[in-house]
Amino acid sequence: MRDVAIIGVKNTKFGELWERSLRDIVVEAGIGAIEDAGVSGKDIDALYIGNMSGGRFVDQEHIGALIADYSGLSRNLHVPATRVEAACASGGLALRQAIITVASGYSDIVVAAGAEKMTDVGSEEASSALAAAADREWEGMAGATFPGLYAMIAKLHMHRYGSTSEQLAEVAVKNHKNGCFNPIAQYKNKITVDDVLKSIMVADPLHIFDCSPITDGASALVLAPADVAHKYTDTPIYIKATAQASDTIALHDRRDITTLDATVVAAKRAYSMAKLKPEDIDLVEVHDCFTIAEICAIEDLGFAEKGKGGIVTANGETAIGGRIPVNTSGGLKACGHPVGATGVKQAVEIVTQLRGDAGKRQVAGAKYGMTHNVGGSGATAVVHIFSRER
Amino acid sequence: MSSVPRFWRNLGSRYNLEGTRCKECGEYFYPPRNVCVNCRRTGELESFKFKGTGEIVSYTLIHTAAEGFENQSPYTLAIIKLDEGPSLTSQVVGEPEKMHIGMRVKPVFRKLGEDGERGMIYYGTKFVPADA
Repeated sequence: MRDVAIIGVKNTKFGELWERSLRDIVVEAGIGAIEDAGVSGKDIDALYIGNMSGGRFVDQEHIGALIADYSGLSRNLHVPATRVEAACASGGLALRQAIITVASGYSDIVVAAGAEKMTDVGSEEASSALAAAADREWEGMAGATFPGLYAMIAKLHMHRYGSTSEQLAEVAVKNHKNGCFNPIAQYKNKITVDDVLKSIMVADPLHIFDCSPITDGASALVLAPADVAHKYTDTPIYIKATAQASDTIALHDRRDITTLDATVVAAKRAYSMAKLKPEDIDLVEVHDCFTIAEICAIEDLGFAEKGKGGIVTANGETAIGGRIPVNTSGGLKACGHPVGATGVKQAVEIVTQLRGDAGKRQVAGAKYGMTHNVGGSGATAVVHIFSRER
Repeated sequence: MSSVPRFWRNLGSRYNLEGTRCKECGEYFYPPRNVCVNCRRTGELESFKFKGTGEIVSYTLIHTAAEGFENQSPYTLAIIKLDEGPSLTSQVVGEPEKMHIGMRVKPVFRKLGEDGERGMIYYGTKFVPADA
């Protein structure tokens, strides 16, 4: 296997981009990443795109071909393009497929992109499309919603470990604060614990401010074999680990609903591959689709003892400048959550940080960064570790 | 919410809590599985009707309803661990403030939802407090 590096990155603006289409935003991200890498279309061997539900959100399938076409990679160059789907982990999985194809030696220069255009439908239809990431027949048909599933995780976490609604709210407060320093973030406004607790209840104990928003956005990365990365950039960022794990599709079939076993296993595989420990990681982008999800994630990734995620957050240990900064981008909560793009956006944030280009949200001296992308209520987890040095 | 055949082909499970049990390792499955998660191809699954009694593992009061459940909002959704072992997701009917983790429940036959005014009406199993 060959070592793999990221040589170019780009995010579009995240938000309600009513004037722009799915193809518009992916092309902007793809071309931006290619320009950042200093490669041209004819250098590209393959394209992977994470997209959860083009069929439901824009009534469009065959997303790989569409994107290759409108990126100018089809009619003359015939670049192979593959859509990857694992619900909200589609982006992380697209990156993983791109890494595997470069590492194997099958391809050299590969683009990993992710995109979702969610506001072409109303919020009810968007929620129904998202609910398809759970078990439609045995969760959805009982009346489950995604906030509802995570609310049950939160309820048991609170019951068993004494976590509080205030601690959950601290996740949203921190991520909104970080989002203020991220130019692409959907929300650049500070909020307070009180704002979260006074916002409407969606599924007890989760308020609307405990939930990530509906977002349009696209992100892209360009990958190359590590041996040639310096030909393209002075600051290649190296992939130290790519790992993935599955668990049961339905939350009710899990060993313990307050632990995402897929996250635990994917993290274990990633740490082992990178020969690193949680203490070595300088910052992490975790999948905070709901505030409780960030609390479980930092526990399951080894940054907090099980049950202590809320306390660690309230203590400021996950803030920029804290022991382990979490979601410097603003996370899914404030940066936004265009589901297929999220896993790629997380990697763009880590690369930006490790290059030292993160401006006011820069984590000083960051050497190792991690991303954690989850599909559904935890049936898929994808974990990557990145390094400034090879 | 769903197509007619998709709901109809599971009526036994939805109305009567029919699942499966592996003769090899003894584990019970609800909803039914055709492949045992422990024994895989060496397992042998037989149909099994659950008693339906169990306890609440966790629950939530859903205010923003799922599509097709708008008329029922707010409603209590729970993960229920059946006495034979497996867990399932279902609504619990009753006063939300009386629900608690560990509460004993029993099954009842109820309307689950509907596909709009002229669409299909779905019936199936919900749960109520065991002492109700």
